[in-house]
Amino acid sequence: MPSLKDLKNRIASVKATQKITKAMKMVAAAKLRRAQEAAEAARPYSQRMSAVLANIAQAVGTDDSAPRLMTGTGQDKTHLLVVCTAERGLCGGFNSQIARFARDHVRKLQGQGKTVKIICVGKKGYDILRRDFNALIIDRVDLRDVKKIGFVNADEIGKRIIGLFDKGEFDVCTLFYSEFKSVISQVPTALQLIPAAAPTAEASAESAAAIYDYEPDAGEILNDLIPRNISVQIFRALLENVAGEMGAKMSAMDNATRNAGEMINKLTLSYNRQRQAQITKELIEIISGAEAL
Amino acid sequence: MADFNFELVSPERLLVSETVSEVVLPATDGEMTVMANHAPTMTTIRPGIVTVKAAGKTTRYVVFGGFADILPSGCTLLAESAVPVEEFDRTMIERRIEEARSHLANGDHADEHKTRLEQFLSELTHLNGVLVAA
Repeated sequence: MPSLKDLKNRIASVKATQKITKAMKMVAAAKLRRAQEAAEAARPYSQRMSAVLANIAQAVGTDDSAPRLMTGTGQDKTHLLVVCTAERGLCGGFNSQIARFARDHVRKLQGQGKTVKIICVGKKGYDILRRDFNALIIDRVDLRDVKKIGFVNADEIGKRIIGLFDKGEFDVCTLFYSEFKSVISQVPTALQLIPAAAPTAEASAESAAAIYDYEPDAGEILNDLIPRNISVQIFRALLENVAGEMGAKMSAMDNATRNAGEMINKLTLSYNRQRQAQITKELIEIISGAEAL
Repeated sequence: MADFNFELVSPERLLVSETVSEVVLPATDGEMTVMANHAPTMTTIRPGIVTVKAAGKTTRYVVFGGFADILPSGCTLLAESAVPVEEFDRTMIERRIEEARSHLANGDHADEHKTRLEQFLSELTHLNGVLVAA
């Protein structure tokens, strides 16, 4: 049985923890709003991009002039996985969810006898995947110092991936990130970047019907467009990740705050009980002392 | 004069979405003025200045590469990065020039890639000159 003083100390420390988790929850909520706004603001670009891409892809068709980034190397031997996670922990199962999803994927590919290479974006994913696949991780991108993720960050990753592709380091590239469904639900998602999956977005009726002039020409534009599209996809994934991380952090911290509250209640109860018992004990001592006289 | 819808979008946000009468784009093959009922055209953009004219008012934006999707009813410009000229900071372009230079100097690039880089660099330098004069 802990003494009264011990209980008091524990109550005080749990209260302090609760204050911290509460503050973290509020910070996460504010950041979540900003992240959501950023994701929202980025949407028009990626939407129009896929519309334009669908349009040009249609015009170029699947003949030989289509760039290699779109058709792939024609092989399926080496897979590159780009795993995007958060830089910080304390956000529930967010990071481990993505890592587990990626890990299952790696195991599956290895089971099929394929070579796997991994690029980690974000520290947490690296920490988790390093345990199992240290030899496979060829690169890591650190975004810890980046306050607000900009297109430049995504573009840099995109260029790095394309550079590797040009050197023939891999055949297929897949991006792993967490799709932001709602504050309480983030779904780990895999997105194939190279060869670029045929865009599914329907071009608007007007632009589909129009006969376009291409300047300089469709192939050239496509060459310019596809690397850019890869960067845009990465950018979108990073933004979704930030929003998801903040959502997960918010609900994790909310839970922690609630648990701390429960714990304080319990501790206060046993504190009061013990205090009462002590008072009773003292009273009995006094009374029995008086009776003995 | 007939008006049409113009949208300037950067990856970070939608910058402009309004009805305008005339837009001048720095297309790869030369400056290009878009007005209403333009033939459907798709073109890449080089670093330069976009001039937007709406109701007698002219706004200018600095863009760094991208492409434009032009339809009779509207024009969408997807820019890699875009800022209004007034807010433009010269250090930005200098940083880019620096980057492009070091990129060109460092790696051993394929010829085609190298030409493209050199072209990009010269476009940036040119743009820098224009902006300093302005």
